Amino acid sequence: MSGIIGVLALQGGVVEHLAHLAALGLPARRVRQAADFEGLTGLILPGGESTCLSRLLRRYGLDREIAAGLRAGLKLWGTCAGAILLAREVVGETASLGLMDIRVQRNAFGSQLDSFNRTLQVPAVAPEPIPLTFIRAPKILHLGTAVSPLLEIDDYCAAAEDRDILVTVFHPELTPSLAFHRYFAGKCGIPLPPREDAPADWQADSWVDYAPIPCHPRHAAGGAGRGRSAG
Amino acid sequence: MTAERLVLNAQLAQMLKGGVIMDVTTPEQAIIAEEVGAVAVMALERVPADIRSEGGVARMSDPGLIQAIQAAVSIPVMAKVRIGHFVEAQLLEALKIDYIDESEVLTPADEESHIDKTRFSIPFVCGARNLGEACRRIAEGAAMIRTKGEAGTGNVVEAVRHMRTMNREIRTLHHMPREELTGFCKDQGLPYEVALKVREAGRLPVVNFAAGGIATPADAALMIQLGCDGVFVGSGIFKSGDPARRAAAIVQATTYADDPEKILEVSAGLGEPMAGIEIPSIPKEARLAERGW
Repeated sequence: MSGIIGVLALQGGVVEHLAHLAALGLPARRVRQAADFEGLTGLILPGGESTCLSRLLRRYGLDREIAAGLRAGLKLWGTCAGAILLAREVVGETASLGLMDIRVQRNAFGSQLDSFNRTLQVPAVAPEPIPLTFIRAPKILHLGTAVSPLLEIDDYCAAAEDRDILVTVFHPELTPSLAFHRYFAGKCGIPLPPREDAPADWQADSWVDYAPIPCHPRHAAGGAGRGRSAG
Repeated sequence: MTAERLVLNAQLAQMLKGGVIMDVTTPEQAIIAEEVGAVAVMALERVPADIRSEGGVARMSDPGLIQAIQAAVSIPVMAKVRIGHFVEAQLLEALKIDYIDESEVLTPADEESHIDKTRFSIPFVCGARNLGEACRRIAEGAAMIRTKGEAGTGNVVEAVRHMRTMNREIRTLHHMPREELTGFCKDQGLPYEVALKVREAGRLPVVNFAAGGIATPADAALMIQLGCDGVFVGSGIFKSGDPARRAAAIVQATTYADDPEKILEVSAGLGEPMAGIEIPSIPKEARLAERGW
């Protein structure tokens, strides 16, 4: 086990996941082609637009790589659009990867005006209540027998897992909480780093550190880290 | 808009990163755009190239058309309002679209003030030619920025100019001693609080897409390599010979912007791109990027 976690980097919330993995000290890699799967222990399918992601996955044969990886023991985590990609059944649409026995409804809450935050307890993941961000989120409407719910709200399931796959319809990478990333690392069998919270200076726009403009000094140095310029 | 709502709105734009937002004028075009992998559509009655050639006052699209496009796709739907026309914005908020573009492509309704976007719950994207404009729009409540470029020309030169200008100004600000910041803000018309954030991060605190003149997969990849988070393609798709194929190629070139072999592969045999316009041939008063301040 190499202990590297990949983030599918075709479109969407890639740098936000990389920032959270870095905050936990976990080695991570962007995954955009077959060669990037080499030595991966886990793969995060981030939020974005599921139709866009599914077209790119199929066009470049990454759907086959992910399915083959899963058979060989790769652990998967889909957030929001990533959960839609993994679902075996999508209401009113053709499923994409279809690797997890769940039925989801895309964009189930309405428009962007219906996006929201909640803070809820997810006992399997962390003892304290966790902030959860739902952006044009899907709902998980049905779980197969091999799938267990991690969080149920009202009439739907918001997080679930089977032996190899975790899905969350919300975005832990958009909050200061590292709890779900820590949980996924555990699922990947990566020795857990000592428990720590996100950096105290975490802000909603902390992702910008991972998306610098070109010729930026930090970009040249690899773009990692939350550096500060002197002044 | 509460601070929490503003963050949620900026976060929706974060989920669009690395994607292509396409102008569409019919539900059928919207379905094609979704099918080839657009991350959002901009619902319009006329694409910028037609607004440019037909002239007249360009206004918000017919709500019926926007609703038909909303009904046709699951991806986010955006629509344009005139600069300063806050009632058009109220209408689009009532329509529950996903994003409003306060756009220089339409005829401005107010030549002094942009919309106070903090009074809305719905997210706004605004155009900018430079860091000052971008920061003023952010201070007014924009949750996303796009370079203006020169819409409807099929000519990427202005988008490149605006992105390079913004990057240059951000680099200057990023390395500036803090005591020089006040004077810099005064000269550039930069809101100080936003400038502080830009200086610290070394980039805009919201997602910044490229727009205005992108017509080929290589154009899209150029803008991504220049540091944009994604691209808007307006007239470039549905004014070209084979829209579905060109649109898919632009999506792929945006994802693999630094992989010339993949861009080469998708660029071959795309058919006619939209006809382009040289910028100097456009009279100054007809240049859309000059609208807004």
